[in-house]
Amino acid sequence: MAESHTTHQVGLAHHFDNMEQQREAGTLGMWAFLITEIMFFGGLFLAYILYRTKFPGSFAAASSHLDWKLGAFNTAVLIFSSLTMALAVYYSQTGDRAKLIGFLVLTIVLGFAFLVVKAIEYHDKYVTHHIPGPFFGFRWEEQAGDPKQVEMFYYIYFAMTGVHALHMVIGIGIMTVLVWMARRGRFTPEYHSPVEISGLYWHFVDIVWIFLFPLLYLLGAHIHPH
Amino acid sequence: MSEHVVSRKIYFIIFGALLVLTAATVWVATFDLGAWNAVVALSIAVLKGTLVVLYFMHVRYSSKLTWVFVAAGFFWLAILLAFTFSDYATRGWVGIAK
Repeated sequence: MAESHTTHQVGLAHHFDNMEQQREAGTLGMWAFLITEIMFFGGLFLAYILYRTKFPGSFAAASSHLDWKLGAFNTAVLIFSSLTMALAVYYSQTGDRAKLIGFLVLTIVLGFAFLVVKAIEYHDKYVTHHIPGPFFGFRWEEQAGDPKQVEMFYYIYFAMTGVHALHMVIGIGIMTVLVWMARRGRFTPEYHSPVEISGLYWHFVDIVWIFLFPLLYLLGAHIHPH
Repeated sequence: MSEHVVSRKIYFIIFGALLVLTAATVWVATFDLGAWNAVVALSIAVLKGTLVVLYFMHVRYSSKLTWVFVAAGFFWLAILLAFTFSDYATRGWVGIAK
């Protein structure tokens, strides 16, 4: 343990014995944060499940007004971005700086693609008055479903996808900082913890969407197979 | 002592599996299975999430301490869900509070 103090190792903070211990501490710290995120989103999922159990018909009717094709496309975009993120971590481990930067940039581009599709969906909901509040107007005559219950679905929809989109924006910001750090040559095969733990964050945000997609978009798919 | 480098091949396999499972969840949703729609959708989502956690997030190759951390997080979520549902599911059993 002592030898690591005598020889200077780039990227090793003085309060750690060695790189292994430092990396482990960083990973655990990130997971501690992600667990708070699990509880945070868990509360929202809980609210969703309770209201869905209470108003199954209205929730299915409301869900059928979301475009599941756009939702599925965004799911694929996020899964692809998780692959590029995993490859960025791989190239940070092997010390290939050009490919590390390339895959980080690709991850950012995919993150923006997701947000653009999300913006298109939000705009559609704005135009059709599906945003909860004083201007909420759901065309009930063509649908089963109580207006108030449908509005509750959209409250939950906007809360969950909004908070998720905020996480995407933060993730894109983190990736931008990583690109900047990588360009300055801050990462080596020995030290690349920022890439690794930022990857954990990115994958977590992907997982949240993996659950959001079927729960929000596919409820009414067997009613409206469009 | 150095960290485990996951091969690119594994990443591509997981990526393919996630896309196939996404297609599966869309396909299954077109059938009216009643209450089973939710069960199937959540099962596929849990499977996809597990693949991401184990391989993309490297938990499969991580230390036992990391395993305990991650498992504790999901266990706490399970407590949140289980206790709330047991409350809501049994409220009608006694005629006290509605």
